[in-house]
Amino acid sequence: MKTRRHPGEVAFDACNAIVLALACVLILLPMAHVLASSFSSNNALIHAEVGLWPVGFHFDNYMAVFRNEMVWTSFKNTLFVVAVGTLINMVLTVLTAYPLSKSYLRGRRVVLFVIVFTLIFYAPIIPTYLVVKSLGMLNTLWALIVPLAVSAFNLLLCLTFFRSLPEELFEAARVDGMTEFRMVWHIAVPLSKPIMFTLMLFYAVQHWNNYYSALLFITKHDMRPLQLYLYTIVAQNNVSEMLSQVTEASTGMSPQGLQMATVMVATVPVLAIYPFIQKHFVKGALIGSVKE
Amino acid sequence: MQTTKLIGRRVAEPQATTGQPSFLRLMLRHRALYLMLVPGMLYFAIFKYVPILGSVIAFQDFNIFKGILRSEWVGWKWFEQFFHYPQFTRLLSNTLIISFYQILFVFPAPIVLALLLGEVRNMAFKRTVQTILYMPHFLSWVIIGGLGYMLMSPQIGLINQAIVSLGAEPVHFLQEPGYFRTIIISSSIWKEMGWNAIIFLAALSGISPSLYEAAKIDGAGRWKQLVHITFPGILPTVMLLLLLKIGHILDLGFEQIYVFLNPITYQTGDVLDTYTYREGIVQGQYSLTTAIGLFKSVAGLLLLLIANRTSKAATGESIF
Repeated sequence: MKTRRHPGEVAFDACNAIVLALACVLILLPMAHVLASSFSSNNALIHAEVGLWPVGFHFDNYMAVFRNEMVWTSFKNTLFVVAVGTLINMVLTVLTAYPLSKSYLRGRRVVLFVIVFTLIFYAPIIPTYLVVKSLGMLNTLWALIVPLAVSAFNLLLCLTFFRSLPEELFEAARVDGMTEFRMVWHIAVPLSKPIMFTLMLFYAVQHWNNYYSALLFITKHDMRPLQLYLYTIVAQNNVSEMLSQVTEASTGMSPQGLQMATVMVATVPVLAIYPFIQKHFVKGALIGSVKE
Repeated sequence: MQTTKLIGRRVAEPQATTGQPSFLRLMLRHRALYLMLVPGMLYFAIFKYVPILGSVIAFQDFNIFKGILRSEWVGWKWFEQFFHYPQFTRLLSNTLIISFYQILFVFPAPIVLALLLGEVRNMAFKRTVQTILYMPHFLSWVIIGGLGYMLMSPQIGLINQAIVSLGAEPVHFLQEPGYFRTIIISSSIWKEMGWNAIIFLAALSGISPSLYEAAKIDGAGRWKQLVHITFPGILPTVMLLLLLKIGHILDLGFEQIYVFLNPITYQTGDVLDTYTYREGIVQGQYSLTTAIGLFKSVAGLLLLLIANRTSKAATGESIF
């Protein structure tokens, strides 16, 4: 085998590295620009002087965002939905996946078909809306939680993982007189930590980012989650309430600056934990692909 | 499909179970397991199957006060009205065109990325690139919409700064129907290219290295290896994902479209989902929009079945 590499190959590797580096720049550029703008003075923004570094550095935009009560209210709503929603998701997903992972369970295939069918044929949105409405959930945070209580896709991920656990363990526990419910909690869940962690993250991110449900089910301002409030600020340019709340003259503030600061405030929590959880996500995505 | 066969067999031959404990005994022995299934099944019944049954309001003149039982039946009225509706063509063609662009541009992007990443030898560089490119997947569409609004803003946006510095007039990208689809396609690629590459990377790593060794000994260059080993190696994965994509051709991800859409861009960007939201939830036209939703679901199912058949015949790959 030759050890010296062909000049063509060296050129290819160089081009490849450049293309990939360029892709990374394209991902980071918009974020860097918005971050820089959120710290820049109104004057600099209007004259389009802000590139990737703040001009006329100040915190006024962020001060206004944090002083805004609606930001806190919607943030609290989102926290509730993420915490309670994810808990309900996990309990229901594990409880449903565990029996379905037992190959000896009669009727298992019928139940599985019932679940998989919802992935290829789904109900129109209006009847779903009417169900939520008739359950009296409109304008409550439960409307953001209960209709998304189980994801069929995540359920299948969990099921695939449970199926790989050795049945002998459960047999032994059964001989010792352990109930099935205790087996789920003391054997299945601890042995499936990687997938449990991944599913928790999938569900939590889904709740954090979801604004469609809120758009459908929430009209009361106090019940809005962060993403819906952010939507009114970004797409409907609804910053007047923030601007009006500030009594003292803050020279640096501007509608665009406020929008950017709010976007950053909603982005940072996700970015802050992302590096630590990335590998679990990738694992989850791979388990998903094996399932196919 | 296998499931239905199985049920049929069980009903047809009840004596098959005589050698084993009866079905009832088995049910009793595993009652704890069945009990566990109850909450999950209730969820699927109430939030997935009741709405499917509730879709009958597409054939009614549904009145929220009368309810499903006492609302008047009107047959195909809403479907006919919708199909003859002047905006129908616009909604359907917007939906199909954007979907077509998605398959043409958004779908192959992660495949290309995976191929490029697969060639990288320096592991630290590869990991850094992956970390950065996967990240946008976790940002919500509202945040990405926010980034987009800022970036494309005619007064302060980076893109228009560049355009102005080249001596041209700033462009109101979000107020121009001509740019809407480009914005949707590029933001889709921006958000999901990295994440979707994961599956193709896994498929690439599943190809046996001995195939490449053998090809090298036979004198195959990099291009020939790509065509004769890599492409066939990832084809099953590509076909499966393409099939799923085709099943969702009328589903464009409401959250993405809605965040960028405004009345000025309805012309090129208003799709079935956004129209359903405005007319159904906001205006209360329940029956009409359920008819649209039902049309979407049935068409999606049919498309999936057709694509599955075609793929099975052409490449031997299928979902079921």
